[in-house]
Amino acid sequence: MSHFRADVRQRAEELVALYPRRRSAMLPMLHLAQEQDGYVTDGAIEEIAELTGTTPAEVRGTAAFYDMFHLEPVGRYVVGVCTNVACLLAGGEDLLEHASRTLGCAVGGTSEDGLFTLEETECLADCNIAPVVQVNHRYVRTTTPEALDQLVTDLRAGRLDADVPPHGTLIRVRRNGGLRVEREELSAERAAARAARDARAATEAK
Amino acid sequence: MTDQTTTSVTITLNGRPVAAQPGELLIEAAARAGDYIPRFCYHPRMEPVGVCRMCLVEVEGPRGATLQPACYIRVNDGMVVDTGSDRVKKAQDGVLEFLLANHPLDCPVCDKGGECPLQDQALAHGSGETRFIEEKRHFEKPISIGPLVLLDRERCIQCSRCTRFAAEVAGDAQIDFAGRGDLIEVAPSPEHPFDSVFSGNTVQICPVGALTAKPYRFTARPWDLEQVESTCTTCAVGCRVAVQSSGNRLTRVLGVDSDPVNHGWLCDKGRFTLDSVDGNEESTDPLSPATRIATPLVRRDGSLEPATWGEALAEAARLLGAAAATEGGVGAIGGAALTNEGAYAWGRLVREALGSDHLDAQYGDGLDPVLVQALPAATIDEAASARVIVNLAGDLRETLPVLFLRLRAPLAAGRGALIEMGAGTSSLAPLARVSLPTRPGEADRVAAALCGDAVDHTLTLGEFDLAEARSLLGEGEGVVVVLGRSNLAEDPAVVESAARRLAQRFPAARFLVGLRRANVRGALDMGLAPRLAPGRRLREGGRDALAQLAALREGRQRAVLVLGGCLLGNVMDAEGAREALERADVVVVTGHGGATLQHADVVLPAAVSYERYGTVTNLEGRVTALAPKLVAPGSAWNDVAIAAELAHALGHPLDLDSIEAAAREIERTTGYPALSVLTDPHVEGVLAGRGDRVERRPLDPMAFPGIRSTDTVGLASFAGAVAQPDAPGAGRLGEPSLADVTTRPVSVPPPDAYALGLVVDHRLYDRGIAMTGSPALADQVAPATLGLGRVELDRLGLAEGDTVSVRSARGAADLTVALDAGLVRGVARLAANSRDAAGVDVVRALVDADATITPIRLETR
Amino acid sequence: MASLDAPRIVSSRSEFADSFTLARYLATGGYEGLRKALTMFPEAVAAEVDAASLLGRGGAGFPAGRKWSMLRKSPVSYLVVNGDESEPATFKDHYLVERDPHQLVEGVIIAAYALQVTQAFIFLRGEFALGLERVQQAVNDAYDHGALGRKIFGSDFSLDIVVHPGAGAYICGEETSLIEALEGKRGFPRIKPPFFPAVTGLYGEPTVVNNVETMSNLPWIVTHGGAAFAALGAGRSAGTRLFALSGRVNRPGVYEIEMVKNTFRDLIYDPALGGGVVDDRPVRAFIPGGVSAPWFGPEQLDLPLGQDEVGAQGSMLGSGSIVVMDDTTCPVRAAWRITKFFSRESCGQCTPCREGSGWLERIMYRLEHGGGRAEDVDLLLDLCDNIAPGLTWPPAQTTICVLGPSIPSSIKSAITMFRDDFLAHAHHGGCPHD
Ligand SMILES: Cc1cc2nc3c(=O)[nH]c(=O)nc-3n(C[C@H](O)[C@H](O)[C@H](O)COP(=O)(O)O)c2cc1C
Ligand code: SF4
Ligand code: FES
Repeated sequence: MSHFRADVRQRAEELVALYPRRRSAMLPMLHLAQEQDGYVTDGAIEEIAELTGTTPAEVRGTAAFYDMFHLEPVGRYVVGVCTNVACLLAGGEDLLEHASRTLGCAVGGTSEDGLFTLEETECLADCNIAPVVQVNHRYVRTTTPEALDQLVTDLRAGRLDADVPPHGTLIRVRRNGGLRVEREELSAERAAARAARDARAATEAK
Repeated sequence: MTDQTTTSVTITLNGRPVAAQPGELLIEAAARAGDYIPRFCYHPRMEPVGVCRMCLVEVEGPRGATLQPACYIRVNDGMVVDTGSDRVKKAQDGVLEFLLANHPLDCPVCDKGGECPLQDQALAHGSGETRFIEEKRHFEKPISIGPLVLLDRERCIQCSRCTRFAAEVAGDAQIDFAGRGDLIEVAPSPEHPFDSVFSGNTVQICPVGALTAKPYRFTARPWDLEQVESTCTTCAVGCRVAVQSSGNRLTRVLGVDSDPVNHGWLCDKGRFTLDSVDGNEESTDPLSPATRIATPLVRRDGSLEPATWGEALAEAARLLGAAAATEGGVGAIGGAALTNEGAYAWGRLVREALGSDHLDAQYGDGLDPVLVQALPAATIDEAASARVIVNLAGDLRETLPVLFLRLRAPLAAGRGALIEMGAGTSSLAPLARVSLPTRPGEADRVAAALCGDAVDHTLTLGEFDLAEARSLLGEGEGVVVVLGRSNLAEDPAVVESAARRLAQRFPAARFLVGLRRANVRGALDMGLAPRLAPGRRLREGGRDALAQLAALREGRQRAVLVLGGCLLGNVMDAEGAREALERADVVVVTGHGGATLQHADVVLPAAVSYERYGTVTNLEGRVTALAPKLVAPGSAWNDVAIAAELAHALGHPLDLDSIEAAAREIERTTGYPALSVLTDPHVEGVLAGRGDRVERRPLDPMAFPGIRSTDTVGLASFAGAVAQPDAPGAGRLGEPSLADVTTRPVSVPPPDAYALGLVVDHRLYDRGIAMTGSPALADQVAPATLGLGRVELDRLGLAEGDTVSVRSARGAADLTVALDAGLVRGVARLAANSRDAAGVDVVRALVDADATITPIRLETR
Repeated sequence: MASLDAPRIVSSRSEFADSFTLARYLATGGYEGLRKALTMFPEAVAAEVDAASLLGRGGAGFPAGRKWSMLRKSPVSYLVVNGDESEPATFKDHYLVERDPHQLVEGVIIAAYALQVTQAFIFLRGEFALGLERVQQAVNDAYDHGALGRKIFGSDFSLDIVVHPGAGAYICGEETSLIEALEGKRGFPRIKPPFFPAVTGLYGEPTVVNNVETMSNLPWIVTHGGAAFAALGAGRSAGTRLFALSGRVNRPGVYEIEMVKNTFRDLIYDPALGGGVVDDRPVRAFIPGGVSAPWFGPEQLDLPLGQDEVGAQGSMLGSGSIVVMDDTTCPVRAAWRITKFFSRESCGQCTPCREGSGWLERIMYRLEHGGGRAEDVDLLLDLCDNIAPGLTWPPAQTTICVLGPSIPSSIKSAITMFRDDFLAHAHHGGCPHD
């Protein structure tokens, strides 16, 4: 029995087909799993192991290496505040502390209503609008305590649902179907091209 | 085997020229030249990864000397290396200081204390005072990561030896790193504990006390230990081991790196069932495998009573002697667990003192002994370096675990090709180049197809697969066939004729016969088999084990000498055997109790496993020495002594007054290298018949912590005690040929579309004495399940855990089903000696030992 | 005065709000470079890139043309684009993938053609949710447009591009670690040798890895010729470059300016660029090329923005990101935060990096937050020396990858430039600025 919903399973299988080796689909598939469940569950780990030809320990070990994957449940909105050097110079630490007060949870923790998880992040590569805040990996460009409070209010009211989909990053990233280039067919083509190139090089050398 | 033709290169090591093999790792070349470079993550039996950075040395390059990991850099001609410069020292001291920064200071309570490479390095190089005043990293104290292994994450130095072993060597990555940076930790997946049958190896190679074995934990301190080097007798691979004890208690078994055999690895059964040797002190019931038989027993008024040796020998001599005087009167069954010397002595006793030819070390679950001797033999090394391996032995991980590791290594590295000929039970199957589905009864016909005969239409071979297999085989050069008894519910003649056929068609092919029991090969070599005399020579006649049991049942044989206490646990038809023993006079020679003793009239207590001195022979024919670490309890004797005394009591002295005397006689009369192996402390093993002798080598203390740090005793203590045979080569080993093999025609009934072919096979964690008598492992024996492939489950609408009624021509049983993903279609699988929930022996209920195959039908309930 | 008359090469569409769409791209000369390239022999395309003297923009500054030509002899199997951009204060690839994804895709197709590769991967940092959407959309559109897939624009050349998300790990920017992540593993950098993925890369096959910005330059180079590119800048540093400016400046942002012709002072102070330091305070120090680079002080403000020029002064232009610290900045705090970053991001394989970063971070934390000792300063330097022996630039290393020896950069810089601040911290029992 599949842990993935039918549509997620289908996307997972599409992902496997995209790569020359199935284990390569590991990271996008973990993102998908997180999209479905909010975090990487044991059930998803089993299924990903099967789909990628690995063991559950390897899937778990791989997931645990990456900051974006959560192995424990998190809030519907994961709020990340950067405190790395550019943001530090722009007051990132204060903003993080403020966010912790507003959300009523410690850094790394989840708010009582289970809606928000607060994280201190490393540089998010948007340093011109510092301190940088992301919610579910969408830049919200909120740099002041007041703006952050407004953001939290808007998120609670569901006003930003279109911009900030719950969980996951890949929800709107999908390869158009049927575009795959057949690898086997191509190898002959490539070989011919290389032979032509070598022939040119040979004539040039003369 | 190293290629002698490779020319060597010269490197400059610390200012002097040193010869090295091209492409050799610098760390190895330097060690050979006497410059030992410190290390943690490097292990000579795994691919280098260069992560601990302890082995940094200066290597001259285009941009001057740079620090490079010696475990990863390969030497090339003209390389200039400095292993002791100030820069190297500073870098190595720096790494050591970093490793110790977060390391807990709990050496006094750590199992590894006293044999810890990190501790040794710290003492050798460390400054003694720490500059680290921060709070150390904290983890919850030891967590259980599997049934046998505990992990103390605070002590881990992230060398990745354990995770690499699991993934790379065992091929089952049940543990892996999780996390990142200094929070990285070894972890299994929560749902899947680390229950690999090789888990103990990770404990052995952990260079700190992070991984500890539950059975060993806190049982001893290294400085209280003494060890001998010996051979594991749990199965026929013959892994070399260091056997350690504290006082007269066995505490630990560690794998020794034997180049031709085990490369330092052991399976968990071999490593951890040492606790079954001593037996349970409380247990006195002679019918329990947990009981150590330490005094002779004689049946009086229906019950076994302790007796003196004199009384027991007299009674045994009376019963056996009387039987010997009757027609067809007496025979012996068992002996695969004896030493070569013991087997030889008992063989002489039966043949000379009892005048019988009925001898059989196998229990009807083996192969034709003459065929075993006649097939052109391959060594483990030859199989591991074969161009093509053909597996006809089923799941080697379950039967000969370390052979599985040895064969898996080249296949996983992409060297050699595997042709899998089986019912889908093999753990090597995922690495197979070609899989030829072979259902019960089909092996000979599949072999015929491989030989180029017309393909039987009832087979389910893929056309391309068969063509590829044939082309891989070529004319048989570089082909090694691993032969075994992969299905006990199938007449052995099926696989025997397959092997014979392959041997005739491909004369260049070699065979590694995977008989499973400890010294079964040695017992056959010593003539404990019908048609074989000591030294691989042919002789006439004799009943095998099953024929003896039948004769006993039918009153044609009156008495039986049972060599080893587990007869009833080993024959397929235990009920029939019970009936046979009930009618017979039974003398049992054993170290442990067991159900067989219910029928014994006399029980003679023998020394077992690590109490014994002598030689054993592994499946490839390599003879190695057993060194005793323990004194046998009570008045148990060694087998040579028991046989000699009993022969004396029978009035036919054997003139074997010591184990060495037996070894000398073996070597003198047959050329079998028993005495030379036994008495030469330099030799690790000799391949019988080929003379190929392996010298004992020093072990890298970092690769084998716990062995080098322990005092070795007893290794050389027997050296020189006995003179070499007067005339070396006086005896010569016999060489039976395929022409000597008597073919038994076998007819396989046509397939029945509604039936499944039953495979009954041995599992590592079985119901034998070692497992059931071992507190550490007993609870790992799985309850009986009927394995079915996915197709079969779906077809029958079954889910794992459902119960089905199983019916065969012989009988019926109710069994729980389990998914056995690899099984080919039309096959079901059951473990030998399985018990259902009510304790009923389901194999016996279903399998007729005389039938060619065992078709079964399932009914869902 | 800054020299701003060089053409905008990679940021030419910045004034358009819809710069990321295919329509806008085609309307502004999009895919013309590719069409032109397809009329040339692949090696001629590579020769243009070689002539352009395009230095890799990922941090190491290795010439793209040379990297490709190393592979002429053995065919390349895969092209991998590095869009992991996680070096703190670097945000120019973020700009490119969100604002001009087609330019990147076109660059990748051109490179693949030059290398005769049929499979390319664009690895993007997982946190770039929008960037991933836009690049995937661009790939989908390029397929529909005939610029990707079988027989591109009717030529004999075919290519597939897979967009691959990262998942939050700085180390995956290191090319061998990136390849591991692409193989579905944890991002452990591979041990060297081999020194280049060109020898054994993805799936053990020869692989070229180039940065997003490096790729984005290709459409222009092919359209205008390598010589036109090489005519910009000076010496080895040809062309323009995206500089990401952040910290205590009035106008932080991404600026494309000509290399060498401008100095750090130009970038920080020109009203069209950084617009000066906040509140007109003095520059105390600045990081010239990402946090792995040693710091500079006011005396280096007039150094030209060129790879060799910066290298000669003991630092690097690296990822092209400049962080400005003024006299309100506590250098100990800045260095501590950078050390904390490395300690969080060390992959954990190598002992010196894993244990060293954590230890250094804890000492730095004590100094900044109380509990520091004067002797900690020398301890810091000695521990740094155990990670990068000699503390020279470029650093010697005891580790597998250069993340390890990057850790000491900020600590050593801060101690060398501001030792008194460290001692004041020790003395004061914490940060005197707080
Ligand atoms: C720790 C570390 C992080 C790196 N991060 C990045 C990165 O985020 N993006 C990038 O393009 N290159 C990064 N690099 C450099 C890459 O290894 C590689 O040199 C580069 O992608 C090659 O592309 P280029 O030649 O086009 O510059 C990093 C290197 C190291 C050692
Ligand atoms: S230097 Fe650090 S980041 Fe690089 S491989 Fe080693 S531990 Fe990993
Ligand atoms: S790095 Fe060579 S032994 Fe660990």
